Amino acid sequence: MSTRSTVSAALLASAFTAALSSFAAAAPLSEAEGKAAMDAGKEKCYGVSLAGMNDCAAGPGTTCQGTSTIDFQGNAWAFVPGGTCTAIMAPGDRMGSPEPLTRDLPA
Amino acid sequence: MPAIDTYAAGFVSALLDPERPAPAMVSGPGRKAAAKRYGVYRNNVTVSLINALAAVYPATQRITGPDFFRMMVRLHVRATPPASPLLFEYGRDFPAFIECYEHAQSMPWLADVARIERAWLDAYHAADAEPLSPQAFAVVPAERLAGIVLVPHPAARILRSRYSALAIFAANRVDRPVTSIDAGEPEDTLVTRPGLEVFARRLPPGGAPFLIHLIAGEPLGTAAAAAIDDSPDFDLAANIASMIGAGVFIAIHWGN
Amino acid sequence: MNEPTRIQPSRASAAARFPAHPVDAMAGTSLKPEHLERIFDEAPQRGFFEVHAENYMGAGGPPHAALTRVRQDYPVSLHGVCMSIGGPQPLDKAHLGRFKALVDRYEPALVSEHLAWSTHQSTFFNDLLPLPYTEATLAHVAEHIDEVQDAIGRPILLENPSTYVVFPQSTMSETDFIRAIVRRTGCGLLLDVNNVFVSATNHGYSALGYLADYPLEHVGEIHLAGHAEQTDDEGELLLIDSHDGPVGDAVWKLFDIVISRRGATPTLVEWDSDIPDWPILKAEALAAQLILDRHASGLANAGH
Repeated sequence: MSTRSTVSAALLASAFTAALSSFAAAAPLSEAEGKAAMDAGKEKCYGVSLAGMNDCAAGPGTTCQGTSTIDFQGNAWAFVPGGTCTAIMAPGDRMGSPEPLTRDLPA
Repeated sequence: MPAIDTYAAGFVSALLDPERPAPAMVSGPGRKAAAKRYGVYRNNVTVSLINALAAVYPATQRITGPDFFRMMVRLHVRATPPASPLLFEYGRDFPAFIECYEHAQSMPWLADVARIERAWLDAYHAADAEPLSPQAFAVVPAERLAGIVLVPHPAARILRSRYSALAIFAANRVDRPVTSIDAGEPEDTLVTRPGLEVFARRLPPGGAPFLIHLIAGEPLGTAAAAAIDDSPDFDLAANIASMIGAGVFIAIHWGN
Repeated sequence: MNEPTRIQPSRASAAARFPAHPVDAMAGTSLKPEHLERIFDEAPQRGFFEVHAENYMGAGGPPHAALTRVRQDYPVSLHGVCMSIGGPQPLDKAHLGRFKALVDRYEPALVSEHLAWSTHQSTFFNDLLPLPYTEATLAHVAEHIDEVQDAIGRPILLENPSTYVVFPQSTMSETDFIRAIVRRTGCGLLLDVNNVFVSATNHGYSALGYLADYPLEHVGEIHLAGHAEQTDDEGELLLIDSHDGPVGDAVWKLFDIVISRRGATPTLVEWDSDIPDWPILKAEALAAQLILDRHASGLANAGH
C-alpha cells in the first residue's frame, strides 16, 4: 500500500459522529416496529431491489427435464445485436448500434 | 476398468459438437438410427445451459436481444461448459468472454453490465449474516477508530467500470422501455444483501477504493487515506454512513 | 415399503427442527419461485412440495428462507438431479456432502435421485444421460447408491429415466436392472410414470408390460409430468420428457392402474418449463389427489 495521505483520529471521530447521527435521526421505529417492518418486507418479495423496483427472478434453476426447444445454429442476424443496445450511447460518440456484418459466417 | 468407462466417454464425445455424428455405441430400438435421438441429448445440454446463462444475465440478454445473446452464449457454453453441478455458479467466465467476443466490440460496456449481474446472483446466494448496526461503531473509542479492521458481509461486492454499467444494468433489469443512456460516465457499484433483498447502488467518488481496502482487511485509517488519494472530494462521513446503511460489514476487529 | 433394518433415519439423533408432516397418500407439486407468494398467501393445504436439491446448495439467501418457511407447513421431498449415480466415475464427495447437509437441515419426507449420470470427468452436462444395463454398470450403480445411503443415513428412492437411445451392449432390461439394484442396496423407488410412457413409446415396447415387470412394491413416490412430441430419424413419434405442460391422458390412465395395484402413494406433478399460474399446477395435483383418494377409500379396488 503506498498511500500518501494520512487520516487523523480526530477526522475519523468526527466523521463517525456525523454518520451515526444520521442514523439516530432516521430511526423513529422501536425495535419491535423495525422487526415487524423487516418481516413484512421479507414476506413480500424475495427478489431484486434496485431503486425501489422489484422483480423476482431467482435463476438459474437446475432442472431434470428435457427440452422441446430445438437449439438452432446461429445465422447471420445472430451476430448483430438488437434489443435495447441501440438506446445506449457508447463512449466516443459511437452509437451502440453496430455496423451490419460483412464477413462470412464460420463454417 | 476400461469396459465400464467407455460408455460415458463415448456418449459425451459429440454432446457439445453438432458437427460430430452420434456415437456408434447408441442406437434406436432394433438398431434404428440414432442421429435425431442422440440430438435430443445434445439439444438438452446446450439449450439448458444457454437458458441457465440467460437466467443469470437477463439484462445482458435484453440489451443484445435474444438472437445475439443465444448465439454468443452457445459459443461460450461449448468452449467453457460447467465444471460444477451447481448452475448458479456457472458463467463466471462469461463477462471475460463477452469482452473478447468480436461481435460485441461495439458494446464495450456490456462485460461490466454482466459482471454486475454475476455479482447480483452471488449476493443472492451468499451466506446470511447480520450487518453491523450503527451502535456497534458508537462504542469504538475515537483513538482506536483508525486501527479497526472490518469483516465484510459475504454478499458484499464492489465493481468498478469505465462505463455507466450500473445505469445500463438498472435500466435493463426491469421490463420498462429504455430511453437514451450515455454509456461514457464511469460508475462504481456496490452490491449487498443485508437481509433477503439484493441491492445494487452507485458509489460516490472514492467510495470504491475505500470499501475495496476495507474488504481486503486494511485498517479503517488506511482505507480512508487511500480513498482521499483516489478522490480529493471523498466525503468520509457520507461514505461511512452509506457503508453502515448498506450493511457492507458484519464484525469489527479492534486490532492492537 | 421393505426398508432394510440396517438403515435408520438419522433424525432421531438430533432434535427435529421441523414438524414431521407425513406425506402418505398425498399429491404434491414442484416448488417454483414463481408460485411462492401465492403459496404463502394460502392457508397450508393438504399436499407436499418437491425441490431440486441443487437449487438449495447455495450458502444462504432467499432460497433457504423460502424453503424453511415452506417446510414449516408442508412435507418436503428432496429430489437430487446431479449426483451422477449412473456414471462410471466416483461420486463427487463435495456434492454428496452438500446433499447430506440438505437432508440434515430440512428433514425431508422423501429423498430421491436418478438412474442416470450428468458429469463426465470434470464437465457437468446438465442433462440426465443414459447408461447401458450390464453386470458391470449394475455393480457400479449399486456401489454409488450404497455410498449415498451411508452418507445420508437413510434409503433413497431411485427414479427410472426417460430415454431416447438404447445401448446395444445392454444385457438386461431396465426393469431387471432396477429390480437388482433394489435387491442389492435396499433403496426404494421413485416411479416416474411419464418416463415409463416416454421410454416405452420411444423404444417401441408396452408401458403396461414395463409396469408388470417393475417392482411396484418398492415404490415410495410417483412422478407425473407432461411430455412433448417430436419425430425420430424414421419420422416416427419420439416423445420428449419436457415437463412443460399438463400430464397426458395416457399417463393419467397408467397412473390409475399403478395406484390400483400399489395403493395410494405420494405423487408429485412436475412442471419445470412454461410454468403456469399456481392454480393450474395446483389443479393438476388435485386431479392426482382425487385418484389417490378414490383408491385409498377402496372404491376402485374391485376391478383389479
